[in-house]
Amino acid sequence: MPVTAATRHLDDRYQVTIVGAGPAGLAAAVAAREQGAERILLVDRDAEPGGILRQCIHSGFGLQAFSEDVTGPEYAHRFVERVLERDVDVLTDAYVTDVSRDLRVKLMSPSTGVTSVETGGVVLSTGARERTRAQIRIPGERPAGVMTAGLAQKMVNLHGYLPGQRVVILGSGDIGLIMARRLILEGVEVLGVFELLPHPSGLGRNVVQCLDDFGIPLHLSTTVIDIHGHDRVERVTVAPVDEERRPLTDQAWDIPCDTVLLSVGLIPDGELARQLHLSLDQRTGGPVVTSTYETSLPGVFSAGNNLHINDLADWVSQEANVAGAAAADVALGRVRARQDVAVTPGTNVRYVVPHTLSTDLTQTVSFRVKEPIYGDTILRVGEAHRRKVRAVVPAEMVTIKLGPKVLESFAGETLRVDAIPAAAADDLAAAGDDEQ
Amino acid sequence: MGEHRHTATIDAGESDTFAYLCTGCPLGCRLEVDVVDGDVIEVRGFSCKKGERYGAQEHTDPRRAVSTTVWLVGGPVERLPVRAAEPVPKDAVLSLVRELHGLEVHAPVEVGQTIATDVAGTGIDVIATRAVQPKEQLPVAG
Repeated sequence: MPVTAATRHLDDRYQVTIVGAGPAGLAAAVAAREQGAERILLVDRDAEPGGILRQCIHSGFGLQAFSEDVTGPEYAHRFVERVLERDVDVLTDAYVTDVSRDLRVKLMSPSTGVTSVETGGVVLSTGARERTRAQIRIPGERPAGVMTAGLAQKMVNLHGYLPGQRVVILGSGDIGLIMARRLILEGVEVLGVFELLPHPSGLGRNVVQCLDDFGIPLHLSTTVIDIHGHDRVERVTVAPVDEERRPLTDQAWDIPCDTVLLSVGLIPDGELARQLHLSLDQRTGGPVVTSTYETSLPGVFSAGNNLHINDLADWVSQEANVAGAAAADVALGRVRARQDVAVTPGTNVRYVVPHTLSTDLTQTVSFRVKEPIYGDTILRVGEAHRRKVRAVVPAEMVTIKLGPKVLESFAGETLRVDAIPAAAADDLAAAGDDEQ
Repeated sequence: MGEHRHTATIDAGESDTFAYLCTGCPLGCRLEVDVVDGDVIEVRGFSCKKGERYGAQEHTDPRRAVSTTVWLVGGPVERLPVRAAEPVPKDAVLSLVRELHGLEVHAPVEVGQTIATDVAGTGIDVIATRAVQPKEQLPVAG
């Protein structure tokens, strides 16, 4: 079975067109086909499908999708095989430049030139971008050697360049932690990871296996306050921060280094969403969507990190299964699910996706908490559902499946999603009883 | 390898207690492993069976999944991702990866293809995690 395919001839019309062939786009293509769409176009700007999975050479993928722990490239390979087996047209080296409101997709590539295809449904699966130095406003000079962790990952894992020899990492996101280990294995000195918050942003297992295993110090409540060097980074100034995250400059110290990697968060890649004037959620940075991930423009769907930042590729693929199948349904003229229940973030919840639910579907509600709760926690979706878990942390997305049985009596209502300590939930319940 | 996270406390000269952070899932349970004469007597602080097993394993024979890259000749990119075919003893991770430095692999490559055997005397093989076809053989679909 071939693992890459380049489409050189395009049809004029596709039932479903998918923008971005990462974990979301690949899964959406398979799902659209399974749902009955026959002409599917999957477009990617890179030379091969797979997206960021191609550079994520570490394991930890596939536990949900395959019940097996595999690396990023292996995860991509399995999905690409499925896509090609299903006769999907895969157009690589191609940019989608516009989608019109009547679903004409404009694209360009060296093999097709500038062209457009009509489509019955579109899935936006363009992933995310990394937050850059400009977005977190680090003062100082502007030398070479300051880059995002994901860019360094691409340089090292795809192209064989090292970003530098003495590296400081700002931010304890998972990509930064994984790159700390990766660089140590390549013989680079990693001088420390600096995190503004009092807790790591990445998963605990990455702190243990990527930092502790190699003796890389993690400085919590500490940040980079200055970058020095004219042509190339020469040193950084770091300082602890107080509870309001203000640097304590009298306790600052300098670290000689030639590289600063930033692992300070991802933002949904919203170019097309903005161009299409989709309703956006300020909390996620992605589109407002229905229970099948359809955006405010009928026929246009969003899934994966394009919709909100996920912590597992497996979750991304699961979302895209829903979006891809629903895009096929729309293209084939099937009746849409009712969107008759609204959901909204409540106590200690940063955001909730999707934004509406259907009383005639089983769907997944995904959300992220604001503050960690270590200990028994009640997760509530209005009066419809309640679940007790052992702990919640912002680094870990929470998902709850809700079906028609649970939702049927809430049609027309708005459900608040809360994550609160179990003890506080009991108090609230008791107070509620008193009132009645 | 660097410092370990555990701190040993001598308990009346009888048993040592070691602390580990469970990496089995994002919950990150704080495990305590009681050891007498090198034998694990009890694991505490876990929330599931996996955590209990991890605590004992991490104390007696810590192992890690290991991924790296090697040079790729004749492919669409310069590096080929590879991984150890089985978990590697923690203390052998660096030597295993460093023995692969400078290794060149020529396209074509299959996923799962053995790239190196018995690396750094671990008895563990290293396999490719992506497929590479020579450029001229790229299939044309559509």
